[in-house]
Amino acid sequence: MTATTSTDTTDIAPPPEGLRSLAADWSSDQEVFKQVHWGKAMMWIFLLSDTFVFSCFLTSYMTMRASTTVPWPNPSEVFALSIGGRPIPLILIAIMTFILISSSGTMAMAVNFAYRRDRLKTTLLMLATAGFGASFVSMQAFEWTKLIVEEGVRPWGNPLGAPQFGSCFFMITGFHGLHVSIGVIYLSIIASKVARGHYEQKGNYEVVEIAGLYWHFVDLVWVFIFALFYLW
Amino acid sequence: MTVERDNVAQRVTRQAAAPQPAPLHEEASARRSKTAHAHGQQHPIGVYLKVWGYLFVLSTMSYLVDYFHVEGVLRPLLIVTFMFLKAGLIVAIFMHMAWERLALIYAILVPPLCLGTLILLMAIESDYTFWTRTIFFGSGP
Repeated sequence: MTATTSTDTTDIAPPPEGLRSLAADWSSDQEVFKQVHWGKAMMWIFLLSDTFVFSCFLTSYMTMRASTTVPWPNPSEVFALSIGGRPIPLILIAIMTFILISSSGTMAMAVNFAYRRDRLKTTLLMLATAGFGASFVSMQAFEWTKLIVEEGVRPWGNPLGAPQFGSCFFMITGFHGLHVSIGVIYLSIIASKVARGHYEQKGNYEVVEIAGLYWHFVDLVWVFIFALFYLW
Repeated sequence: MTVERDNVAQRVTRQAAAPQPAPLHEEASARRSKTAHAHGQQHPIGVYLKVWGYLFVLSTMSYLVDYFHVEGVLRPLLIVTFMFLKAGLIVAIFMHMAWERLALIYAILVPPLCLGTLILLMAIESDYTFWTRTIFFGSGP
């Protein structure tokens, strides 16, 4: 008996590292994602599927832009705003980019404070994130209004050039704006739950990290849209 | 930043690899899960602030590509470089992928690689469509 206990304590094999840990996790005949909250694993898998949705949109945009024989409107000029009588190219989109990055930063810090069980700071940072998100959506609404009312861009055509521009623009930015709007609602709900102390009993603040994953993904998609649609 | 990240990663793996003097298996596993909960993705705030700064710099640089009308091969090269640097920072640090186990990293990051096939096929297809339109509708260059 003593012999077995002593071997038990000394023979604890160190967990495998590198590719061996990958093989061990997948072949262990138990849960695959060890020490990962199930909600987090599921959120990652949802985000993987969302990656494919957005990739399909961006790939179809690439196909349309590369196959049209009509000149593509120059996004740098279409999305220019004149501030002080001088047109600045793409300035609204740049501001929206910085707003979304800032919201990602506050969200990352909210996750950090949630794990330190600092409920006040977590709530405030999450509300700041939601506020940044809401201002992003309203700037997008301004941009859409300008394009529809002033420029006359429609999903089936536009006076600026290739008709595919309108369909791509409304589909891609619309779907992304929908994600941001849902994220604002999602973050507000989690923030109010944190503020009310809903997670105090279990002391498990992984929900904040899961909400953060969704929010960072929204920012991640914008990185690709900004580069491929607006800057290209 | 890389140095700090390595330190944190090492600390996390060291914690996980530390031999547990466990008289009973249940107790050991209970303690392990408790520490995993308490320490779950706990990193110094400075890491996030640094990444935040890097993202601002990279965004500014990609905006300046457009502002200064960089043309030719350099333009897509710079845009794609900044895009992937930003995406990598967000996924690795903000989404904590750098500290996750390999089983999760591979499950999430490998499937999107097959999108390369879709992009390649659609690039070939769009080229074909473009020349078909140019030749048969005569509205090309």
